[in-house]
Amino acid sequence: MAEYRALTPKRLLLIASLLAVGVAAPLVLPAYQLQLTELLLFIVFALAWDLVGGQMGYNSFGNVLFVGLGMYGAAIVQVGLFYDVGLYNAARGGGTQFVFDVPQFITGLALGIPAAALISAFAAWLLGSLVLTMRGHYFAICTLGLGIAAGQIAAGIPWIGAGSGMLTPNPPEALGDVALLLYYLALGLAITCALTFAWLLSTRFGLALNAIRDDEDKAEAMGLKTHAAKVTAWVIAAGFLGAAGALYGNVVRFIDPVQTAFAGATIGVWMILMALLGGKGTLAGPIVGAIVFQIMKELFWTYLLGWQRVALGLLIIAVAVFFPAGIVGFIRERGSAKAKEQNQ
Amino acid sequence: MTAMLQVTDVTKAFGGVVANDAVSISVPQGAIVGLIGPNGSGKTTLFNAITGAQAIDAGSIRFEGQEISRLLTGEIARAGIIRTYQQPRIYGGLSTRDNMLVSASIRRGSSPSLFRRANAKAIAWADELLDFVGLIEKRDILAGDLSFGQQKLLELAMALSNEPRMLLLDEPTAGINPILIDSVIERLKVANSKFGLTLLVIEHNMPVIMDLAQHIYCLAHGSLLADGTPEAIQNDANVLDAYLGAA
Ligand SMILES: Nc1ncnc2c1ncn2[C@@H]1O[C@H](COP(=O)(O)OP(=O)(O)OP(=O)(O)O)[C@@H](O)[C@H]1O
Ligand SMILES: [Mg+2]
Repeated sequence: MAEYRALTPKRLLLIASLLAVGVAAPLVLPAYQLQLTELLLFIVFALAWDLVGGQMGYNSFGNVLFVGLGMYGAAIVQVGLFYDVGLYNAARGGGTQFVFDVPQFITGLALGIPAAALISAFAAWLLGSLVLTMRGHYFAICTLGLGIAAGQIAAGIPWIGAGSGMLTPNPPEALGDVALLLYYLALGLAITCALTFAWLLSTRFGLALNAIRDDEDKAEAMGLKTHAAKVTAWVIAAGFLGAAGALYGNVVRFIDPVQTAFAGATIGVWMILMALLGGKGTLAGPIVGAIVFQIMKELFWTYLLGWQRVALGLLIIAVAVFFPAGIVGFIRERGSAKAKEQNQ
Repeated sequence: MTAMLQVTDVTKAFGGVVANDAVSISVPQGAIVGLIGPNGSGKTTLFNAITGAQAIDAGSIRFEGQEISRLLTGEIARAGIIRTYQQPRIYGGLSTRDNMLVSASIRRGSSPSLFRRANAKAIAWADELLDFVGLIEKRDILAGDLSFGQQKLLELAMALSNEPRMLLLDEPTAGINPILIDSVIERLKVANSKFGLTLLVIEHNMPVIMDLAQHIYCLAHGSLLADGTPEAIQNDANVLDAYLGAA
């Protein structure tokens, strides 16, 4: 099947070395710890976008909805377990009365992240029966609208800080290097996401998603339960987006409704760009795309400050024109062209 | 004996064009029934009606005693009616074999079976049918890269792997290499006799349908013109008229 390859010793070695790199990276490159954590979350964003956009052919422009829901959801759980959320936000999370000790902070994270995944997944399930009956441009526009609306709605709710945003709990000093903890949580999430998707795509469910992408009416006429499959994929993707959003909120600490949580113009576009850059509809593509994108982004922001968005725009155009199949797609095409030549 | 598929007075209009005008046909279990008629006579429209692709304006469609004219496409498929299309429809981005694996009978298993890898048995079943239609060599090729005729054969194999109770074929030999047509007919006959598959076949190729079908319905301008054995249809003055008139 498409993405499934047996666990040969060579592949095990590759996985083991990737894991070693993942574990060692923040220790070897402490100066880039934050960017590395962000990269791992970007990998989850890109993978989750691609499950629905690439594998299933439903181009969503509103995945920030699930990122933002997860971000707020986790923060609310983290705070709400110990304090009144409304008072906390009214005080902008400050003062001496909103202090989190180590057990409180850890409990908050331990419950907040799964809660975020569940909230986003549940929202996807609720919206799915409505949104996933639309196709093509209608689906794209509708999801775009959902993402924008969510930011505006969040900005109007005082309980979660309205337009001034919300702070995630201040980590206790006694906990030590919280950034490192968040890095390893992000690593765990990215690995879980990649393995889950690898398994999903190796089953007939993965083929069903591809069938929906290629000809949904045909799939329906062949008796596939297309709607159930679409909602399932959408819910799974949303769950991972929610968990990643939860971690992202704790990494940046300050949740602005429009700039951070429901950030359609940045995260929302970037996750699509990463999937396209790496190669949509493949498992490796979004991962490769996220890595390349994060490096480019850091370079642009460091060396082209003021012009970084222009450079990013040019990158988008270059991908569309020169690498329509993405990096992984490009390599595979060349590989299969070679194989064809050798056959002759 | 009641028919497996009973279509009664089905009417379907597109604006002013009445594509099906009170059409009634009946397909007994285990039979091979033909559906012929000049271009635009409403044959494909009738397939769309039976499979729920388009809602009908009036009439009744019963499959194994159950009214299916208000059911959704997927429900009708899972009840056991699978069709192929005049323009073949396959999953172009999947390999030929993956097209087979995703088409294998789903109505037998519950949905959790979707979350399993295709096992050796499923792959053997897929390959057996690919071999049956002569596409086994192409199993690793993207289905979108197959020729028109090969895609028609793949679509037939996909339909068979779904193990339907009834198969509707829309011009199964159109676009297929003429030297392969006889073997396609042979295979359809085998599917009918060996797998007990009931067939309703639209066909423009007269020798093919005369050879294949036991009973033939002829449509013209949306209405049923005649029906009978291949011999009777071949000698029916109205049918000859319709074809010559259309030509
Ligand atoms: N979706 C549609 N919208 C409008 N008119 C349609 C539609 N589908 C079919 N028709 C019209 O209905 C009539 C019957 O078409 P249909 O496709 O059923 O014919 P057919 O017998 O299958 O012809 P052919 O042998 O060419 O495939 C034609 O006049 C056709 O133009
Ligand atoms: Mg037709």
